[in-house]
Amino acid sequence: MRYACLALILTFLAGVSSALEVEDHRRYPGTGNEELHVISTADLEVFEPYLLAFQAARPDLTIDYTVASSAELHRAIRNGAVFDLALSSAMDLQFQLANDGYAQRHQSDRTLALPNWAKWRDLIFAFTAEPAVMVLSTERFAGLPVPTTRQELVGVLRQHPDVFEGAIGTYDVRESGLGYLFATQEARSTDAYWRLSEVMGRLDPQLYCCSGQMIDDVTEGKLALAYNVLGSYAADRLARASGGKVQVLSMQDFGNVMLRTALIPSNATNPDAAGLMIDMLIDLGLRSTPENWPLPPLNQVGIDHAAGFSQIRLGPALMVYLDPLNRRAFLSEWENAMVQK
Amino acid sequence: MTGTGSIGRKLTLLLAGVAALLSLLSWAMVNGLAKQAAERTQDNVLAASATTIAETLRSEQGEVRLELPYSAFSMLGAIGEDRVFYRVTAGEQMLTGYEDLPLPSDPPSQGQVVFDTAQFSGEAIRMASVSRVIFAGVQAVPVTVTMAQTRNGVSAITSDLSQLAAFLSVMFFLVAVAMSAFAAQTSLKPLNEIAAAVARRGPSDLRPLRREAPTELAPLMTSLNRLMDRLGQSIRRSEDFIAEAAHRVRTPLATVRAQAEVALRTTDDDAEKQRLRRIIRAVDESSRSAGQLLDHATVAYRAEDLSRHPTDLADIARKTVDGLEPTAAMKDIYIKLDTAPATVSGDAVLLENAFRNVLDNAIKYSPEDTTVTVRVFVENGYARAAVVDEGPGLGDGPAENLTERFRRGRNTEGIVGSGLGLTIASDVLRAHGGHLDLGQPTKGKGACVTLVLPSS
Repeated sequence: MRYACLALILTFLAGVSSALEVEDHRRYPGTGNEELHVISTADLEVFEPYLLAFQAARPDLTIDYTVASSAELHRAIRNGAVFDLALSSAMDLQFQLANDGYAQRHQSDRTLALPNWAKWRDLIFAFTAEPAVMVLSTERFAGLPVPTTRQELVGVLRQHPDVFEGAIGTYDVRESGLGYLFATQEARSTDAYWRLSEVMGRLDPQLYCCSGQMIDDVTEGKLALAYNVLGSYAADRLARASGGKVQVLSMQDFGNVMLRTALIPSNATNPDAAGLMIDMLIDLGLRSTPENWPLPPLNQVGIDHAAGFSQIRLGPALMVYLDPLNRRAFLSEWENAMVQK
Repeated sequence: MTGTGSIGRKLTLLLAGVAALLSLLSWAMVNGLAKQAAERTQDNVLAASATTIAETLRSEQGEVRLELPYSAFSMLGAIGEDRVFYRVTAGEQMLTGYEDLPLPSDPPSQGQVVFDTAQFSGEAIRMASVSRVIFAGVQAVPVTVTMAQTRNGVSAITSDLSQLAAFLSVMFFLVAVAMSAFAAQTSLKPLNEIAAAVARRGPSDLRPLRREAPTELAPLMTSLNRLMDRLGQSIRRSEDFIAEAAHRVRTPLATVRAQAEVALRTTDDDAEKQRLRRIIRAVDESSRSAGQLLDHATVAYRAEDLSRHPTDLADIARKTVDGLEPTAAMKDIYIKLDTAPATVSGDAVLLENAFRNVLDNAIKYSPEDTTVTVRVFVENGYARAAVVDEGPGLGDGPAENLTERFRRGRNTEGIVGSGLGLTIASDVLRAHGGHLDLGQPTKGKGACVTLVLPSS
């Protein structure tokens, strides 16, 4: 929100780029002078195939790819950082950017093909649907029943505190935009969330900023269980074989499905190239076969039809938990449950 | 007659104009109503949203607290993809939301929803504000919740409905035009029927029109019938006058002729004889003309109310030939009679009159020492009485002209005549449903005049 007007101005004065906490950055030089500046929450190793595919279609274009957290990305666009394309997994933050007028319109035959639930006002476009899943270490879970609902998970955690003490990983919702989105949506949809958080809180949970690190730690056996991990990353890493050391699990009672969205910031210098990139991403999002892309398409058999999975709706309701009062209230409740001193 | 355009077209155009006006009016009304309904829907949703938020307001440890309910925002997505802005203020202090959102022009009183439109972030917005007083610690703080939304959804709904209404209006108009044309045609049908009935009538048919007519056409029918009645009366009066005049002239003429004959017999002076003969001839001719005028009047009178009795055309021919034989003999004309029974239904007096005129003509135009042939026979259901002479024929002009009143053939110079003979014959035959056939004999020169009547 606009509660930091002074800070905002100071940020401007200090220079936009210096305020941005960049996690990773790479340039893909093209043959021409034209450049496309992309800011994204997706790691390079996940997103590189898309960039290369786009550059294959437009070899003259230099692509400048910056990786930042969803909160950083949101802040940067809001503060006027110049990017042509913003790709984020935090739907709520993206939605707020569009709602508050930080995005510009894009329309093409590809965006028209997109179903209504996957776009809003021709400002934001969804191009992947990724479920929140649980990843567990088969070694650490040996002999224990594999839980399929939160109720069962609570039971398992309670009965075997020795196994799970300090070995549960989940998002630090104070830092991760995506983690906050998953947590708020889950809290809204099922009362089991707070009970589970209480139980986890008593077991000294490890808090992470990103899905990637959680999965690494499960693979290495540091964690027995990672809760609310982005399904696409998990599937991607598991594909590169852990020798059956990790198992991906979907909760049967309820599961969130996040839409990864793209928008063209209102101050973009090359909106045409950004539009073309969005069209390509939509094309891939609408593909009916899995193919060999790291990120799943919008319509996935199995997610759509499984009981309990629900897509987070792209709409004004996403702004509810972004309200500073609501955020403060939610975080204090979360801290009470998770970070028990 | 000057034309002032077609009533049917005028009526259709007028009705179509009315339909167009109504279509336009209904489109505008539907448009207005749709806009109103869409706006009211948005107002209701905004009001519900603001009220829902206001209901979560509470006082906690001397401070105003609130929690934005998820439903308060998700319901705003119902109308369309509209941008959403909100603000909550406690007294002068801003609690949360968009700081620069415009204030409602008149602040809402407790529990009341106030609506307002404004401009925000480059777009027109609709705002609903609700106020609630919260006791925070010791003092009462008025808290105002404002929910705002852009109006794209409303516009989209309105333009959709407007398009639909326009389509329906055009359809309505087209149907109305088709129906107008049909209505005009239907209402003008009796008029056309009456016109056709009048047009179908024969030239001398002046009977009143007896038709079912709509009330609006009754005055026209009455006037038309009255006009025809007056016309008939006037014709009858003039015929009566002619008959009366002819009758009055004939009697003194007979006296003059008798006196001239006496004088002719008593004088020896050749020059005087010559003069007297000329007088007698002129008197004869005048008498004949007067007779024919009388015949014509008789025909006109009797044809109006024709009495029909079975009559043999052969009988009539024989009787007439007998009567005219002396006249023929004077010119050494031989009348050859060849008859077969031919019964027709009609007025014997009129038919004899017709036949006599035809035969009289034949004798009159035949040169001396020739033969006039009269044949009566039935052919193809028609009784025919043909009179063939060896005279100069009927000339080259159109044969029909010869049956007009006082019209004479072109080659009749030197022969006295009134030009009424064929007219009388033709009128009689027409009254009987037959006609007069004028032509040439199959061989030789001369004229062939045939009376054709339906045989019974």
